[in-house]
Amino acid sequence: MTRFLAITRTEMLILRRNRWLLVATLIMVLFALALTFAGSAPTGTLGVDMLTVSVASMTTLSVYLAPLLALMISFDAIAGDVDRGSLSLLLSYPAGRGEILLGKFTAHLAALAFAMTVGFGTAGAVAAWFGGAGADSLFALGRLIVTSILLGAVFLALGYLLSALARGATAAAGLSAGLWLVFVVLYDLGLLGAVVMDKGGVFTQSVFPWVMVANPADAFRLWNVAATEGVAMASGMTGAAQALPVWAAPASLLVWPVLGFALARLAFRRVEP
Amino acid sequence: MTDKALTIETVCKDRGKTRVLSDISLTLEPGQRVALLGHNGAGKSTLIKSILGLTPIQAGTIRIGTAAPGSAQARRDTAYLPEAVSFHPALTGREQLALFAKLSGTNADVPALLDRVGLGDAMDRRIGAYSKGMRQRLGLAQVLLGQPKLALLDEPTSGLDPISRQDLYAIIDELAAQGTAVLIASHALTEVEARTDRIAIMRKGRMVADDTLANLSALAGLPIRLRVRARADADALAAELGGNRVNGASVELLCSPADKMQALRRIAGLGDAVADVEMTPPKLEDLYRHYAREALQ
Repeated sequence: MTRFLAITRTEMLILRRNRWLLVATLIMVLFALALTFAGSAPTGTLGVDMLTVSVASMTTLSVYLAPLLALMISFDAIAGDVDRGSLSLLLSYPAGRGEILLGKFTAHLAALAFAMTVGFGTAGAVAAWFGGAGADSLFALGRLIVTSILLGAVFLALGYLLSALARGATAAAGLSAGLWLVFVVLYDLGLLGAVVMDKGGVFTQSVFPWVMVANPADAFRLWNVAATEGVAMASGMTGAAQALPVWAAPASLLVWPVLGFALARLAFRRVEP
Repeated sequence: MTDKALTIETVCKDRGKTRVLSDISLTLEPGQRVALLGHNGAGKSTLIKSILGLTPIQAGTIRIGTAAPGSAQARRDTAYLPEAVSFHPALTGREQLALFAKLSGTNADVPALLDRVGLGDAMDRRIGAYSKGMRQRLGLAQVLLGQPKLALLDEPTSGLDPISRQDLYAIIDELAAQGTAVLIASHALTEVEARTDRIAIMRKGRMVADDTLANLSALAGLPIRLRVRARADADALAAELGGNRVNGASVELLCSPADKMQALRRIAGLGDAVADVEMTPPKLEDLYRHYAREALQ
């Protein structure tokens, strides 16, 4: 049991040493603050407090940033060690492949959680200080932080999967960029196109919401949007949310990390250093 | 069976359609030092990875003690030094070795080990700033963790300066003295000569020789080279002994190990005509070439 913790400790050390943690946290703080201030204009018209609007803006931000930051750490996790030639040595030790992967995952997730909590927390505190906050909006902020960490976990796991499948770290980086583009941008564009073509038919009515929630990035958006009336209003995204049962988005976002990790574990088994 | 540190029996491995290991058999007793020689691509590293269980084999058996390659027991008992080893550049030597100590479950004295391999002053510097030789030393330090039953060293001398090599051989002797069987894959031929108990030669995935240096020499029947320096007249000496004239003042002759003493007596019988005699037994390099060529035919 302590072996995976030893790997976790070392990975944390690496993230601190190579400034990843510092840079990721700074990026989160800066973007969250910028969005909070830029997005504070509609407060009056919607009749909600500033923190609610801020959470809505930050939800949109997190859809892009959480997967990106996660993939930025995870693409190197296996392919980098193969390139350096240190994986064969690591695997000659009693630690199993599952333990190695779990150790890295724990460290990377902790780093992501730190960056998310500090970034969104700072912006939330600033919004609450200037524009007021209620119990609802504080709860929404908490949910944003937790779901962002979950979304990060999904893309950490998918990053390991690509890192195990790719030949070399450079290829893994390329694949990760492609994965990010597909899940975060192209998937929604494709769905949008399908909905337009369908002109409100069966697909739009019953299939579309499920296809949408199958994408973890969209599930993340739906979960945050659907749960809070104010956030839904501020982001103007109520339609799809109402067509699905309440558990659909949380289920998707909770299943994906497990599924992704299992796939990464399977792919890692076949890696010959 | 069980008293062997490593047993390899008729192992075959295919990579695609090429057979990269064919019918390899090799055993190591505890405390034995065996050199595994061969050109690049002869299959040395592949064999080592098969022993580690990192790559599957298609036929034959490998046992570390009694454990299967890659099993928890085997990994506990085996130490490995990869070729041109590298570590994460952001970590210090001490941190990296501490991780390995944790993983192997030993309470090793990490600073003392780093001192032992000559990294005492550099242990708190980042590995990114280490030279190739220093990284190799760090790799060697992790081999010393715990008391492995088997140590697999893949090109351990690459990147090391001559003094470090002496240290390396001292460490190998130390390992052997504590009962660790050491398999050293190398193509630095002359170095391993005096330092190992046995020599195994691989060529194109086959084991073409596996014996002590003396036995290999005898088997190969390679000639001993005698160089006789004349005091005055090298031509006369050449005529007398029947060898080749070289560089004006010397005569070179080849004789089989069995005829060596007779040849020396003849030379001694020439009295004052001979100024000096130099005798060169076949080098490992000659042997290696001999066995490699034999396999080719």
